[in-house]
Amino acid sequence: MTRTRHRVWKYGDDVNTDVIFPGKYTYTINSDPAELARHALEDLDPGFAASVRRGDVIVAGRNWGNGSSREQAVSCLAAAGVHAVIAASFARIYFRNAINNGLLVIECPEIGDQVKSGDTIELDVEAAEIHFAGRRYPFPQLPEQVREIVNAGGIIAFIKQQT
Amino acid sequence: MPDGSSEPLSTMQTLTEKLLARASQRARVKPGDIVVAAPDVVLSHDNTAAIAAIFQQLPQQNVKYPERLAITLDHAAPPPTPAHAQNHARIRDFVREQGITSFFEVGRGICHQVLCEEGIVGPGMTLLGADSHSTHYGWLGAFSAGIGRSEVAALWATGQLWLRVPETIGIRLGGQLMSGVTAKDLTLSLIGKLSSAGANYKAVEFDGDGLAGLSPDSRAVLTNMMAEMGAKSACLAPDAVTWQWLRETLRRTRPHDHEARLEFFREAALYPDPAARYAARHTIDLREIEPMVSCPHSVDNALPLSAIGQTSVDVGFIGTCTNGRLEDIAAAANVVRGRRLRKRLLVIPASSLVLRDAAEAGYIADLIEAGATIGTPGCGPCMGVHMGVLAPGDVCISSANRNFRGRMGQPEAEIYLSNPAVVAASCVAGQLMHPADLLGERRARHIVDAEGDSTA
Repeated sequence: MTRTRHRVWKYGDDVNTDVIFPGKYTYTINSDPAELARHALEDLDPGFAASVRRGDVIVAGRNWGNGSSREQAVSCLAAAGVHAVIAASFARIYFRNAINNGLLVIECPEIGDQVKSGDTIELDVEAAEIHFAGRRYPFPQLPEQVREIVNAGGIIAFIKQQT
Repeated sequence: MPDGSSEPLSTMQTLTEKLLARASQRARVKPGDIVVAAPDVVLSHDNTAAIAAIFQQLPQQNVKYPERLAITLDHAAPPPTPAHAQNHARIRDFVREQGITSFFEVGRGICHQVLCEEGIVGPGMTLLGADSHSTHYGWLGAFSAGIGRSEVAALWATGQLWLRVPETIGIRLGGQLMSGVTAKDLTLSLIGKLSSAGANYKAVEFDGDGLAGLSPDSRAVLTNMMAEMGAKSACLAPDAVTWQWLRETLRRTRPHDHEARLEFFREAALYPDPAARYAARHTIDLREIEPMVSCPHSVDNALPLSAIGQTSVDVGFIGTCTNGRLEDIAAAANVVRGRRLRKRLLVIPASSLVLRDAAEAGYIADLIEAGATIGTPGCGPCMGVHMGVLAPGDVCISSANRNFRGRMGQPEAEIYLSNPAVVAASCVAGQLMHPADLLGERRARHIVDAEGDSTA
């Protein structure tokens, strides 16, 4: 059993991709990790980019990442060092983008009401559960075919393995 | 008449399931299945250069099926900065190198409108696109869904992608919309009721006798806006309205092979089984839909216009893949004809074909006479890149699809969403207003005008 410890950034419902990564940058900032990280959550929490630490997790409400299909809304968080986004639910394109870019996404509605920003949670990915304040919060595993993509580190890495 | 009954796939499947079964070469599929689908069309736009950079990480040198790619330059077009211009130049290089023929230059229009007009997507087909409003094509009886850039790169390399077969929500439309109420109002009402996550991970299908009264332009609003309800895809079965639109449009855009293309679509068309199973059923009486407005800063913050108090606006925008078609521009022209706009109104046709038709019909002249600005066909300021972005404190009334904070480039601005006639009327009045409430004003002003008063 391997547990990892993570500091929490807590947000609410319906956080959309325009506030995660503003549309005005989408054709000029694509792959430079430092640039991506600098604008992460710019219109939601202007203090986030300066204070986030590698290994932090985001805990949010329902429908995280609704709106645009822009992949920078995933890659800016990965570039900022975010280990996982734990949400009550995800918008479907965001969910796919995360899997296909190797950003850990966990659907766990129960934990949202229990934690606040600055708390520390423990994550056990193999057992598919979160630990906080003496309680276990199980979350659903992804289907086998999809887990293969996540385990490869994303869809590009997966295709490289296959070819 | 098109006939789907000979399809061997027939069981108790929704239209979405039948389309996905075909795309993944299966006899049938059910919700929850993970299938590997080979889409007929893979869409990208100004994001093509970024996708090409991902593609270059793969061992495949060449796009596997270049004839399946469709690329438009629409999101920052014409380019507002040298960096955007260079992005377009890179895309043109990629198009040339890979031998891609379905490429549409700056000014042709918005991807979703152009691909329908050009007959690239039609009944029975499947499209996956690097754009969240890729749900659009379902109005023609296609399966279409938005995906991310890495997934498009993967599709270029392999021609296939994993998809989870979604549950289908059925929405049955009955009756007819009242005068002054549009498909946009129907979608805002639905999203307000079911929420912006109301169809998350799910497909939406529209049916019922209410569809017959909805024009092609209106139907596209339905499937386009379901992206704002979280839907993976949205569709409806082709009918006489669909076939007539295809016949008339393809004759213009594909003079050399329009008959063959129409025949191809007729053979490809699929229809839901009468006993198809829906995860949920909603029945809507179109007569009960009121003019709606989505208030800042979410689409599901939707209220009847009649329930919103006096709200001043600074600027209006009519356009986008949602509401930039001929019907929308006609509605705006009919409101502003013979009037003077009090507030700025930007009108951006969804395609060059729409612009041409709107000019021929005199709508563009009406709009210009009233004081409106006409922009190059494309996405315009919808996603905050260029051509009409907002200033801090601006209140915008828009016919677009999203009013998220910062969407039009400025987090300190407010965006209201409505149908195009309400946008136009609000720019005439200087505040949120339905055109029906302007009519008295117009009559009065015409009389005053006749007496030489030009204060309007």
